[in-house]
Amino acid sequence: MLTKRVIPCLDVKDGRVVKGVNFEGLRDAGDPVELARFYDEEGADEVVFLDITATSDRRETTVDMASRAAERLSIPYTVGGGFRDIASMRRMAAAGADKLSLNSAAVAEPSLITAAAAAFGSQAVVCAIDAKRIGVPGAPGADRWEVYTAGGRHATGIDAVQWAVEAARRGAGEILLTSMDRDGTEDGFDIALTRAVSRAVPIPVIASGGVGALEHFAEGIIDGEADAVLAASVFHFATFSIRQVKEYLDGEGIAVRMDF
Amino acid sequence: MAGIVVVDYHKGNLMSVERGLKAAGADVRISDDPCVIAAADAAVLPGVGSFAAAASFMAASGQSDAVLRVIEAERPFLGICLGMQLLFERGEEGAPEGGTVAGLGVLKGSCVRLDAAGLKVPHVGWDDVSMTDHAGPLFDGVPDGAHFYFTHSYVVRPENADAVSCSCSYGSEFPAAVASGSVFGCQFHPEKSSHRGRQVLRNFVDIVEGSRRKGAAR
Repeated sequence: MLTKRVIPCLDVKDGRVVKGVNFEGLRDAGDPVELARFYDEEGADEVVFLDITATSDRRETTVDMASRAAERLSIPYTVGGGFRDIASMRRMAAAGADKLSLNSAAVAEPSLITAAAAAFGSQAVVCAIDAKRIGVPGAPGADRWEVYTAGGRHATGIDAVQWAVEAARRGAGEILLTSMDRDGTEDGFDIALTRAVSRAVPIPVIASGGVGALEHFAEGIIDGEADAVLAASVFHFATFSIRQVKEYLDGEGIAVRMDF
Repeated sequence: MAGIVVVDYHKGNLMSVERGLKAAGADVRISDDPCVIAAADAAVLPGVGSFAAAASFMAASGQSDAVLRVIEAERPFLGICLGMQLLFERGEEGAPEGGTVAGLGVLKGSCVRLDAAGLKVPHVGWDDVSMTDHAGPLFDGVPDGAHFYFTHSYVVRPENADAVSCSCSYGSEFPAAVASGSVFGCQFHPEKSSHRGRQVLRNFVDIVEGSRRKGAAR
């Protein structure tokens, strides 16, 4: 049976992990590749590196990171953040990234998804969507979400579910869906959002934003109908280990890869 | 050391495959040169791009003939994902609507769209495989039910059911790996499948080493 994936996300700035903490046995928790390797050995199913380097002149460090990751990791990994065109994506793919995640650039120019799918194959193209709820939860018509870009600073007026559908139609292989309302709250995923997108698209959805407890992972999969669950802080701060999350999900009857 | 050539058909990065084989103790080089490929102790055809595009590039560049020479000489061959699909006679992916394009034709059968019975396609992620009673040397030390990383929308339909080493089920059952003599193929990505994948690559390197010794003794 196809298993549900548990994916740690690493925010990377100028080649260093943002919010990194020291794990026992880890030489340099600030090195994204070393930290990813640690998660790999702990049973992570994939790793996402999100480059939040503000300026494009430091992109070389990210390309270097991607090629070191190819040397060190035995699981697939995604690199996202800052892609503007096929050329910048090609450099990252050539460095070894299995998947490339598009966000703001795809919203500005949706044909970039089409071109990326043609250049690298749909399996390599992830469309990341940052969504924020419109209206008060429970209020009539409030189960709608707006797409934000530029790291959540810019409201686009675009409906998140519709955008996910278009991204899939254009050839994206997966949707990485982040609830901006829940991100950093530890209140759990936005289940209604996750389910709405998951039901609307024929491709896998990775739920992101809000995990603070073990139950949240199961809720995202069962109630949110997500194919994968992503978290950052709870792993980086060692609130839970990857193994702990997978053992919990396994105990809840959710199919996860335990032979690691 | 076993000399393995990873065939570069200009569609993407082959670093993970190269690294995986090196870690398994092989002497590996990546090449797009038909002469280098044909002379190798063994060849690995990785999985990137679409069936039609890869098949036409390989035919035009002379890589198809080079790979066939390796296989005809009974030197070990491993096709990964698309690289396995290309072993078959024909494929649907990238072909004109309703038609097929020719593959290498080493194994009888075709490559068709995965019938996922309403499940999401591509089939992406870690899935378990069921070993047949003739899983073969590529799966030495790999237990029934082991998980591997898949990412694909097409599957192979071998005419000869005995060619299937292990299978996977996602909406419908399909071969997770095939083998025939010294020809091996896997639908999953061993280079992305953690320790189970490492075992498969190590087994392939052992197969290559055994074949090379046998060749030297002749």
